[in-house]
Amino acid sequence: MNMLEVENLWVKFPTRQGIFDAVRGVSFTLGKERLGIVGESGSGKSMTGRAILQLIRPPGIVEADYIKLEGQNLLDFSEPQMREVRGQRISMVMQDPKFSLNPVMTVGEQIMEAYLLHNNTSKAQARAKSIAMLEAVSIRDPERVMRAYPHEVSGGMGQRIMIAMMLIPDPQILIADEPTSALDVSVQRQVLDIMDALVKERGMGLIFISHDLNLVSEFCDRVLIMYAGRVVEVCDADKLHEASHPYTRGLLNSLPRLDQPRKHLEVLQRDPKWSEAPSVGGHS
Amino acid sequence: MSEVTLRQWLLSDAPTSRRHARLASLYKGWLSFRSNTMAMFGLGILVFLLLVAAFAPLLAPYDPFAQSLSNRLQPIGVEGHLLGTDSLGRDILSRLIYGSRITLYIVALVALIAPVAGLLVGTVAGYVGGWTDTILMRITDIFLAFPRLVLALAFVAALGAGIENAVLAISLTAWPPYARIARAETLTIRSSDYISAIRLQGAGALRIITKHIWPLCVSSLIVRVTLDMAGIILAAAGLGFLGLGAQPPSPEWGAMISEGRRFILDHWWVATVPGLAIFTVSLAFNLLGDGLRDVLDPKDSGQ
Amino acid sequence: MALTDGTEQRRPRAPLAPWLKGSLLTLGSIAVTMLGLLFVTFIIGRVMPIDPVLAIVGERASQSTYDAVYEQLGLDKPLLVQFFYYLTDVMRGDFGMSLLNARPVSEDIARVFPATLELATMGVFMGIVLGVPLGVIAAVRRGSWIDQVARVVALVGYSMPIFWLGLMGLLIFYGILGWVGGPGRLDIFYEDIVPARTGMILVDSALAGDWSVFKNAFSHIILPASLLGYYSLAYISRMTRSFMLEQLSAEYVTTARVKGMSERAVIWRHAFKNIRVQLITVIALSYANLLEGSVLTEIIFSWPGIGSYITTALLSADMNAVLGGTVVVGLIFICLNIFSDLLYRVFDPRSK
Repeated sequence: MNMLEVENLWVKFPTRQGIFDAVRGVSFTLGKERLGIVGESGSGKSMTGRAILQLIRPPGIVEADYIKLEGQNLLDFSEPQMREVRGQRISMVMQDPKFSLNPVMTVGEQIMEAYLLHNNTSKAQARAKSIAMLEAVSIRDPERVMRAYPHEVSGGMGQRIMIAMMLIPDPQILIADEPTSALDVSVQRQVLDIMDALVKERGMGLIFISHDLNLVSEFCDRVLIMYAGRVVEVCDADKLHEASHPYTRGLLNSLPRLDQPRKHLEVLQRDPKWSEAPSVGGHS
Repeated sequence: MSEVTLRQWLLSDAPTSRRHARLASLYKGWLSFRSNTMAMFGLGILVFLLLVAAFAPLLAPYDPFAQSLSNRLQPIGVEGHLLGTDSLGRDILSRLIYGSRITLYIVALVALIAPVAGLLVGTVAGYVGGWTDTILMRITDIFLAFPRLVLALAFVAALGAGIENAVLAISLTAWPPYARIARAETLTIRSSDYISAIRLQGAGALRIITKHIWPLCVSSLIVRVTLDMAGIILAAAGLGFLGLGAQPPSPEWGAMISEGRRFILDHWWVATVPGLAIFTVSLAFNLLGDGLRDVLDPKDSGQ
Repeated sequence: MALTDGTEQRRPRAPLAPWLKGSLLTLGSIAVTMLGLLFVTFIIGRVMPIDPVLAIVGERASQSTYDAVYEQLGLDKPLLVQFFYYLTDVMRGDFGMSLLNARPVSEDIARVFPATLELATMGVFMGIVLGVPLGVIAAVRRGSWIDQVARVVALVGYSMPIFWLGLMGLLIFYGILGWVGGPGRLDIFYEDIVPARTGMILVDSALAGDWSVFKNAFSHIILPASLLGYYSLAYISRMTRSFMLEQLSAEYVTTARVKGMSERAVIWRHAFKNIRVQLITVIALSYANLLEGSVLTEIIFSWPGIGSYITTALLSADMNAVLGGTVVVGLIFICLNIFSDLLYRVFDPRSK
């Protein structure tokens, strides 16, 4: 069953040189699965995630045939209705907790706020719930962390706090936008495992946005490969090595592999035709 | 070669000489400056002011000091006196035109003295470092701790009223911010590799400061000076208004407002017209400064 | 001796806590700044082309009287010793006698200062109440008509001579429309009715419950206060706008939106919270500038505050009064800076 259906999504930004299309006709569906979106910077992968939540600020323009969440078209939603969707039904974890957490509010205030926005309960209950959520993301001393300010916690812990904050209203879909790129390599795995376990346990859909092809192929069920605002290829993660599009092939060939050592890594040759070709549908 | 227009030569990506490169970058800056309508408007006003000041004797219909008591306090638009006359029957337009010279004189002097003093203090503090830096910067802080107008008042009190002393007093209160800017620039420049290279070649501190550090501080100082011009004009006018700047019968604009103040309720134009002139000129400097900042200091633009 | 002893000796001495060290450094630099301020005023006083002895004894005094007073004032001592005397006097709140009315300058200043305080406080209050929201809205709706209005308001504020705008205000609102009271703090009829407890007439009349005096005082203060308010509005709104623009592009703002928060809550509860600290500094600076800006405003509105006091003293060559006033305003400047620094530490969790 599809939780999210996106059809022919465009994101446009008017500039002095004319209209710039950041995302061009992207379509895909998402079930209770882990969908990876891979692409280089500027390929429109982050814009796709933000467009679903309607977080593109003017003068940016979002156009699509539809963006359906369980059959309801989000494009028809008013701003107050969208606010009910954000956080409660679709949530998003961003790249760097150093910037995505408010520096002058305590961790506790920020997590409780996320819960209270969608649940009409007492502060005491929100607090209890927040502490439980912090425990769920393997934070050992949640009471102390609740009182801490973001600059007092490490990057890995910050990202776990972010995950706790985004999952506390119990959304059905989580968009993770490069959730580990800003973290030390040593804690990346841990954060991913925590996120994965929670997503599975709650039966959520996950959109995992990353530039890291290896990570995505390991971590996701299905992968969309984006280039210059278009989806150039869709494949199952375990069949990624069978990918046919030259861009994907080029990316794969430019990565070093332990099992097949090579003397020379290929340099990616870009073909302008790739960006002109129509998007591939990412339906499952 | 002859088909290359001047414009193409200036916009060339591959300059053939140092002079060529410098002219090209100036031209590109000018092009981006020119697209800023408000800044061009400001520049236009200032050019107009310069022309008026230069040709004051030709433009002014009357002698700015010529009194005519039978003709006093004539309203705007009266025959022969476009902007009316003041309490001594002097033509306000003529006084305004001659007053532009005083305004430009004050602005030019302060704009020469304060940034140069600041540049000296700032670069020496930044380059020499150590105790010199601590002491110079402490002095700078002390001057910054004073309210500017009050300090200027106290200075004028000590030195006596008059244009030159007003200029000196304003300069004395205006230099500390320049010293701060110059010091910050110097600190970044002095740790760069090419300064080490020059030092290894045996260049002395004096040579490094004057030949290598000063030229690089100039553009940020120019922006700051232009933005400060309006403040300088207002301060000078304020001193003039208090009777501590230019002395009567000098047609300084602030002093003209002060004279007109007594008749404000019955003969409003006497004080209004010079005020409008001050406003226009300082507005022009503000617009020009904003435009220059966008061109020379792109990191601050849009703020 | 040096090597072993050095390490031995260091151990028992407890290291200074960082916050204590920081506070000591701050206190030290404040002390140096204040000392410098007094030194500058002292020097100005010495180079003044006014003979302080002549001002006391008069033109026709004999040489022996002159010399006696010269010695009495300590003018025969070296400059540094004189500075030391000056310092100790100022510490005791003694700025000498006014040459004009032969009263202690400190008493005069204490008498006129509340008038300035009342005016500047009301001005900065107006500047905050109008300027902060204007700056926030201008940043949120960047490029909209309200942003353009805010820009023009600020530009005009930066370019307009305050004394001229004051004159125009008097002309229009007092002379032509008659909406406000004229120059001065009160109409003569209302003077000396309420007892002076704080010296601020609005407060005094409210304390005494005399609303007719309050009304009259308000009609007098509203125009000069609006004038000062306009200048602080120009500054505060511009700074607020640029601070807000910086915060609104921060990622945590997106986080707040992702949570499902309303735009109003995103702006005020998240972004605005982050500019509070910077705003405090701006407001303190703007308040300090108003105390100064009130010099010209007070002249225009015949407002008997410290600005009028300094200027009058200046024009009548009353050196002690000028220097006393300058020192007081300078000290207030420094104190406002310290105050904003303290608030900074309280409000910004990162500074602890």
